[in-house]
Amino acid sequence: MTAGNDASTGWIIRGAQPLGGPATDLLVRDGVIAEMGAGLSASGATEVDAAGLVALPGLVDLHTHLREPGREDAETVLSGTAAAAMGGYTAVHAMANTDPVADTAGVVEQIWRLGRRAGYCDVRPVGAVTAGLGGSRLAELGAMADSAARVRVFSDDGKCVSDAVLMRRALEYVKAFDGVIAQHAQEPRLTEAAQMNEGEWSGRLGLAGWPAVAEEAIIARDCLLAAHVGSALHICHVSTAGSVEIIRWAKSKGWRVTAEVTPHHLLLTDELAASYDPVYKVNPPLRTAADVTALRQALADGTIDCVATDHAPHPLEDKETEWPAAAFGMTGLETALRVVHESMVDTGLLDWAGVADRMSVRPAAIGRLDGTGVASTGAPDGTPVHGCALGTGAPANLVLYDPASSEPVDPRIHVSRSRNSPFAGMRLPGRVQATFLRGVPTVLDGKLAR
Amino acid sequence: MVHVQPPADGGLDLAAGSAVPAAPAGSVGVGQPRSALLPGGKIVLGPDEIRRALTRIAHEILERTDGADDVILLGIPTRGVQLAHRLAARLAQVESRPAPSGSLDITMYRDDLRLRPARALGHTDVPASGVDGKVVVLVDDVLYSGRTVRAALDALGDLGRPRAVQLAVLVDRGHRELPIRADYVGKNLPTSQREVVQVLLTEVDGQDAVVLGKGAAQAAAAGQEAGR
Amino acid sequence: MIRHLISAADLSRDDALLILDTAGELAQMADRPIFKLPTLRGRTVVNLFYEDSTRTRISFEAAAKRLSADVINFSAKGSSVAKGESLKDTALTLEAMGADAVVIRHGASGAPHRLAGWVRGSVVNAGDGTHEHPTQALLDAFTMRSRLGRLEGLRVTIVGDVLHSRVARSNVLLLHTLGADVTLVAPPTLLPVAVGTWPCEVSYDLDAELPKTDVVMMLRVQAERMNAAYFPTVREYSRRYGLDGSRMALLPEHAIVMHPGPMNRGVEIAADVADSARSTIVEQVANGVSIRMAVLYLLLGGSEASA
Repeated sequence: MTAGNDASTGWIIRGAQPLGGPATDLLVRDGVIAEMGAGLSASGATEVDAAGLVALPGLVDLHTHLREPGREDAETVLSGTAAAAMGGYTAVHAMANTDPVADTAGVVEQIWRLGRRAGYCDVRPVGAVTAGLGGSRLAELGAMADSAARVRVFSDDGKCVSDAVLMRRALEYVKAFDGVIAQHAQEPRLTEAAQMNEGEWSGRLGLAGWPAVAEEAIIARDCLLAAHVGSALHICHVSTAGSVEIIRWAKSKGWRVTAEVTPHHLLLTDELAASYDPVYKVNPPLRTAADVTALRQALADGTIDCVATDHAPHPLEDKETEWPAAAFGMTGLETALRVVHESMVDTGLLDWAGVADRMSVRPAAIGRLDGTGVASTGAPDGTPVHGCALGTGAPANLVLYDPASSEPVDPRIHVSRSRNSPFAGMRLPGRVQATFLRGVPTVLDGKLAR
Repeated sequence: MVHVQPPADGGLDLAAGSAVPAAPAGSVGVGQPRSALLPGGKIVLGPDEIRRALTRIAHEILERTDGADDVILLGIPTRGVQLAHRLAARLAQVESRPAPSGSLDITMYRDDLRLRPARALGHTDVPASGVDGKVVVLVDDVLYSGRTVRAALDALGDLGRPRAVQLAVLVDRGHRELPIRADYVGKNLPTSQREVVQVLLTEVDGQDAVVLGKGAAQAAAAGQEAGR
Repeated sequence: MIRHLISAADLSRDDALLILDTAGELAQMADRPIFKLPTLRGRTVVNLFYEDSTRTRISFEAAAKRLSADVINFSAKGSSVAKGESLKDTALTLEAMGADAVVIRHGASGAPHRLAGWVRGSVVNAGDGTHEHPTQALLDAFTMRSRLGRLEGLRVTIVGDVLHSRVARSNVLLLHTLGADVTLVAPPTLLPVAVGTWPCEVSYDLDAELPKTDVVMMLRVQAERMNAAYFPTVREYSRRYGLDGSRMALLPEHAIVMHPGPMNRGVEIAADVADSARSTIVEQVANGVSIRMAVLYLLLGGSEASA
């Protein structure tokens, strides 16, 4: 690797397989894929050997917790976006439950600037729906939409917008700037002090149960509300078979409902709680094998539009306790693609083109990063930047992934500040070898490149 | 109830294994004495010799305690208990009045507890008259290192204060590790430490015999303790 | 023998019977002038009680001391725990003190599981959240066997707040292992959603069950549950599920009444029932010490458990 290379001399990626298809070369220069074909050459360009590697458009995460401002002991924008790059991500949506909450133009712009300075991926801050996440008053959604951060996705994630009237108002209000409300579906009264999925295991283990209906009832209500006022609704981290059915029904009516699923809900089940190890404690909780099957099927057939990590880093002392005292959440940026590989590709439910669609194209569309409506991050003239098909002229946001590798997950070598991964020690296929953000590598040879 | 099965051909049959008797109510479920014979063992005392030895010991007890007025027999589980009952029956026959007998489990007082996983307890049954001021005759099947008797003395001390304590054993095989000696001995049996002594009693094993065999491993397989 | 006793499900049928038989022998020794056995001399047992429970703690303390173990009491109040020391740090402190066994009572289900990962000694669960209380189930089984002579085929009815009861969970598991037939009786709100997968029957009708049971065990019901709408009023709960004199008369003649304590006299059990001859409540306490002696002996009295 030649030192001092930059966007103008470019990179020749040799022998990559775009979406798993036939091997080809890609010339990356000046932030775009300048050429695609066999036997490319360009003077001054750096060679990247991509034999056997699958090339995908840079992944887009609709749901990440970067913890800054407020909980920099768990993660910062710098460490979180570096972790994202290691996972093949070129854009992440940072959730608003920081301290202070991201409910004003000021805070969202701060987060957006931190993202630009870190330079590992594009950070699109998510704005809170209600002031302070208090659930009683709308936050200044318009101000956040107009800010430099150009917020389009709004969510009180961590908490549910449970007041039906407030949810209605929020859905109506964001129509003015093509925004979307992303609901964290959790009926608060049904889940007071709840610890894990309500079912056979919760009864046996003596941990307060979290019934599936607490998620499903809110989703049903919000789909009907969105239809009634003609707005867009996005459902965060769908976790149950019942939720899938409701979303399928809503979509069949032509309503503008989209949904995401986390990698862990595609692979893990609630019986893991039997060890009482809080690394498995998450909101929404791990569910049953039947739910996992329904979620995989839904992601395969598109009822669930995309994978979103809900990356939730926590310091050791918040996880190394007895279960009821532990924090909810799992890290996910650095393992997401591998988990999807294991649960969806290796099971034949999705091919690499499907992975590109669910992990890049659709999330970019839902986040309005693909240029629909208003200008997206980073491109001054409004042309799409993320979630674009790999082709000549497309922005060079891409990831090179080695599907043949097979290593156990080791959180100790993760770039995230936190180690709470439920996949620790598990052998998963695949490895991100390189990530390019607008034509410049953020990850090369499986390591951070900056 | 004890289930007794006579030897298959009426004689001494080393190869025959007898059925395990049902456990008396209240005794321990795990750790039942087994009657599997030592392979290649040699019978050193048959039923007649055992009978005579016990009769002789009973008479010796009567002599040395002046009629056994305040004698109480306490057998050490497992087979010491049956021997104590047999001795008590003989004493009662001769003196025409009952002789109190019972059992004293010493598991909790052993000095070698940490060498094996925790053992099931044997049954302790001390006659109502207690031990205070009495002559307690401890009864065991084999006297070897003396550690079992040492533990029994400690257990006895927590029960009360006997006037005197004596020891009756069916077999004394030598190799004492503590200053302990028996007052009444059925048979002195010089052994090497590589040998194993196995005592079988009708009430427990379906036959009466004292068997001398080789190898501690085989003894363990036959359910016998490696050392006493 | 197992290394930890955290759930009643840890015990095989043989293990459970061994504990009961051992406790039986130990109970007989209770009348001795000197009831102190040298068996656990030099071993240290730590009582780590995060929840106030004088009775259970004293029971474990008496059991350990009768076996000549050294006992260290670590209660949540006024210790570093009250100042917010984590369970893990407390565990490391106990390790440094050389605890051979830690008896833990904690408000969080699963706390003994976590502790077992941080200490080398044996962990005995004295009650964790709403999960389990295995020594209670053992002393309950022991009491039943002592009074009624058997456990196999015995019909046991457990009544009350099953949803929040660690005693119920441990009893269902242990009694099933020992061959008894268990029926749970409670209002539907106080039964776990998946109770149908438990090895027992379920009924909402106490009066129907009483004539056909050998044992009725009443669980404590907290009046505060009324505020979370588990039942409308304490009075209605008592009327439908409380054991009073007239209900006690429905029991077969030999049947016994049990309660893990502490009792809410007048709520789940009437005072005259609690004091009747059928009631085993007092002997349950005495049996608790013998059972806990048996558990400590079997866990600590031999060589280290190998697996």
